[in-house]
Amino acid sequence: MGLPTWRQEPGGFALLVVLAIVAVLVPLLNLALPVDSALHVPNYTVTLLGKYLCYALAAVALDLVWGYCGILSLGHGAFFALGGYAMGMYLMRQIGERGVYGNALLPDFMVFLNWQELPWYWQGFNHFPFALLMVVLVPGALAFAFGYLAFRSRVSGVYLSIITQALTFALMLAFFRNDMGFGGNNGLTDFKELLGFDLQAPTTRAGLFVASALALAGGYLLARAVVRSRAGHVLIAVRDAESRSRFLGYRVEHYKLAVFVLSAVLTGIAGALYVPQVGIINPGEFAPLNSIEMVVWVALGGRGTLYGAALGAGVVNYLKTVLTGALPEVWLFFLGGLFMLVTVALPLGLVGLRARRRSVA
Amino acid sequence: MSIDDAEAPLSRDHHRGALFVEAVSVSFDGFKALNDLTLYMDPGELRCLIGPNGAGKTTLMDVITGKTRPDAGEVFFGDRIDLLQLSEAQIAEVGIGRKFQKPTVFEQLSVRENLALALKQDRRVRATLRARLTGSERDRMDEAAVLIGLAENQQRLAGTLSHGQKQWLEIGMLLLQEPHLMLIDEPVAGMTRGEIERTAELLQALAGERSVLVVEHDMEFVRSIARHVTVLHQGHVLAEGSMAQIQSDPRVIEVYLGE
Repeated sequence: MGLPTWRQEPGGFALLVVLAIVAVLVPLLNLALPVDSALHVPNYTVTLLGKYLCYALAAVALDLVWGYCGILSLGHGAFFALGGYAMGMYLMRQIGERGVYGNALLPDFMVFLNWQELPWYWQGFNHFPFALLMVVLVPGALAFAFGYLAFRSRVSGVYLSIITQALTFALMLAFFRNDMGFGGNNGLTDFKELLGFDLQAPTTRAGLFVASALALAGGYLLARAVVRSRAGHVLIAVRDAESRSRFLGYRVEHYKLAVFVLSAVLTGIAGALYVPQVGIINPGEFAPLNSIEMVVWVALGGRGTLYGAALGAGVVNYLKTVLTGALPEVWLFFLGGLFMLVTVALPLGLVGLRARRRSVA
Repeated sequence: MSIDDAEAPLSRDHHRGALFVEAVSVSFDGFKALNDLTLYMDPGELRCLIGPNGAGKTTLMDVITGKTRPDAGEVFFGDRIDLLQLSEAQIAEVGIGRKFQKPTVFEQLSVRENLALALKQDRRVRATLRARLTGSERDRMDEAAVLIGLAENQQRLAGTLSHGQKQWLEIGMLLLQEPHLMLIDEPVAGMTRGEIERTAELLQALAGERSVLVVEHDMEFVRSIARHVTVLHQGHVLAEGSMAQIQSDPRVIEVYLGE
């Protein structure tokens, strides 16, 4: 991966440079400068930007399946939430006796429900490595099972999109139930510490921010390596002429399954980094709207470029932060309008604007 | 029979490249696209398939490549490989390549990348993730690019090629697959006279080491390459023989004149 290959892709290079700069600068300006300094970055901004980075990683993962393999998943929020829940379960177990009920073993909501012992699927989550494994394994296994059935039956196009949407909706309903053992509609919250670091401490927040930046850079580089390999060319072949690739001898369902699972795992990691920063995970994260928003990020940024997806996630979420603060009731209309605008006027997204200007000039 | 069993005995198969289509019938909503069709091809044979529109030519290719499953009949490749048991990808893997009527190349990939995907190679995900072109693969791709007249256009996106160039690219991809049997649907549609002549030469050169089945409407082209012609009509073989025999067959004349 020498410079020449990056020269063809200034957008991707810019993404990595920006990530490197913010990963150093944001924590530095937050921690080293006094609060009253003009250049001081407030704590909440660090967390907000960290959230954007997690969204950007999810967007890159979604672009990998949608932009390169034509699988429009309207259920990627499910993988994000599952990664988040796996991390949330670890954080719950770390609370220990500091909960409201002071139960060393059971999280508060279980005590409240009069549960006597920890359910089997909560075992092991007090160990961080185990939780990390689950962050990867649970979204990956769900994507594998779902993808195996769907792709083998050659479900594709809008039908696949609809069942991915149904998947995340079903999970939302399930997680809302108290007897599922994931805290019902309150979800998991009141986290205290991660690996012994206080989650409220600015240093911990800065650490999570840097971890998110690294995860985004790593996820981007991994996805980029995949799409530039010959397997990546097969994905594009499948996207553009699926049956032709079969006649060329490629087992289309294997390629779809592999890229779907990889994407789900990356999205799960994004969710796991998101939860300690926002301090809560609840079934609302499974809401179909969340998955649709992810699609808007990718479409607005420019699908099939990877870095465009990251850009789109940043831009849309910044607008969301501003608008939901100023005019909360307008946001959903704005989001819908944005999607229409992109579809009609910007089929290549923001990234395409630049390319178009260059081709005109 | 699974593809794994097929692999080893294939080399000892005396009928490698031969095709046996026996009593195949296919119907779509009551319409009999193929009606008790029987056709044999010898290894290394160049066969032309002609017939009016709707005679079942493309359906026959769909059956051989696994796209359409027949209601009745048998299709064997060589002595041992039951094609009706295999998926499209497996059929490609045992050595049957296809060029479509409407040229379908991967438009968002470059000419070079299209050729690389067609190369005979391990097609599993984990192999293609790590695949690097070897020297001999490069040579074969360069050779194919020269042969199809696209040597200077290898970095171009396939979608920007002309119709004729796409036809050639698809033929190049077919060559790199190194199939034992090539199914070629209307290879010269949209080609100039000069290109048609080159295609005829190419197909004749290929036959012998590979079996080639060509569907074509251009009778002049068929006359220039065919030693053996099969005429389909209403999903059934109407006549078979040399071009001269076919042209003097009263049934064939009637079908073509009646069209």
